Amino acid sequence: MTTPTVAPPMSMLAELTHRCPLSCPYCSNPLELERKAQELDTRTWKRVMDEAAELGVLQVHFSGGEPMARPDLYELIAHARHLNLYTNLITSGVLINSDSMRALDEAGLDHIQLSFQDIDQKEADRLSGFKEVQPRKLEAARLINEAGIPITLNFVLQKHNISRIPAMFQLARELDAQRIEMAHTQYYGWALKNRLALLPSPEQLQEADRYVKAEEEKGGLAIDYVTPDYYADRPKPCMGGWGRRFINISPSGRALPCHAAETIPHLSFENVRETSLSSIWYQSESFNLFRGTTWMPEPCASCDHKEVDWGGCRCQALALAGKANLTDPICTLSPFHKVVETAVAEAQNTEPQTLHYRKFSS
Amino acid sequence: MTPLTEQDSPGFTRGYRLQHDKVRDQWLIQAPERALIADPIAAIVLQLLDGKRSVASIIDELCSRFDAPRETIAHDVMALLSGLIEKRVLRL
Ligand code: SF4
Ligand code: SF4
Repeated sequence: MTTPTVAPPMSMLAELTHRCPLSCPYCSNPLELERKAQELDTRTWKRVMDEAAELGVLQVHFSGGEPMARPDLYELIAHARHLNLYTNLITSGVLINSDSMRALDEAGLDHIQLSFQDIDQKEADRLSGFKEVQPRKLEAARLINEAGIPITLNFVLQKHNISRIPAMFQLARELDAQRIEMAHTQYYGWALKNRLALLPSPEQLQEADRYVKAEEEKGGLAIDYVTPDYYADRPKPCMGGWGRRFINISPSGRALPCHAAETIPHLSFENVRETSLSSIWYQSESFNLFRGTTWMPEPCASCDHKEVDWGGCRCQALALAGKANLTDPICTLSPFHKVVETAVAEAQNTEPQTLHYRKFSS
Repeated sequence: MTPLTEQDSPGFTRGYRLQHDKVRDQWLIQAPERALIADPIAAIVLQLLDGKRSVASIIDELCSRFDAPRETIAHDVMALLSGLIEKRVLRL
């Protein structure tokens, strides 16, 4: 069924690979990682970008895994630029050296989002499961600056690094980053598996809020603060609403309305190898299923917030309430909200928890 | 920050560019993680920026194309460009 009023997508998330030298326990990749042999080839990615530009996509975010694990990354960036798409690279930075940096620059890359686990070196190693990760990231930041490519620093916040938020801001200023993204962990994929070890307590959250507020008052740095769902009264409009702004392509070519959508059972996703992006966006069952407001159950259906948050995240409803077509339990109006309260209560527990590092299942 | 003068030749900062969106038929400033809509007047002004051309010469060209006093055009152009310099979309 086609919905005639559907607007074209704004952004495409190109997950080039699930491979990554790091193994962060908060990784939003699915528990079932896709392997190298399943990945789309260069030609197919180029065709997908042609179709994306044609469809109205404005920005391509190259992500993963670690997108720099793909040797054809530079070719793909150059192709996107040639189509007048804005190119953003989301990277851990550990594969950046002077050669790869030059290649990124020459390909015409517009912007880099460099992710950090922490400021503390030992903690950064522990969280990424990678030795000496911090010096490599700092070196990457230096090379990016030298090339003159604008950079956004991204810190994933969780209970172990909140106390070092002021030092994170300081690093952003030292590196002359224009933007810093302070994103509390979103509990999907590997992060949900590690929730007990990562979710901050209410006091820690207040501490984080205070640091951010103090830094905002200083000015001169654009701060994008992503608050944690679990402490909000209302959910976030996941991906700006299902099938409204984003199209996410998995390494093997599956087109997803959000990167966690594959967790929804009995929902099948078209693959860009067989179906055009335009037909996926406008006609596919998967993109139309939770689009707009007609699918909504109560309390969303009669709520005046429904075109603000679009009922929240489908994958979170599934993970926490057992069904994807329910109100996101983050919402205090959800009959399942208690699940969130219980998780928050558990987060007060300060006993050390084991981290489950992300890995390919055998 | 030093204030903008008519002798300056601002251009887009790396990471920002002006682009016509043919699908939605509108002008945009592409920026990190977002796209800002440029209204038709702003788009006309911004298309004249190349990092070499002076603000004075841009104002002159607009005077020859639009029927308005130079003073009014100059005021609007300076306001638009200064605002974008402050947001680091443009650089001097
Ligand atoms: S979150 Fe960590 S493990 Fe996952 S892709 Fe990013 S850097 Fe790699
Ligand atoms: S009831 Fe639904 S639409 Fe209303 S605030 Fe909660 S999640 Fe949003």
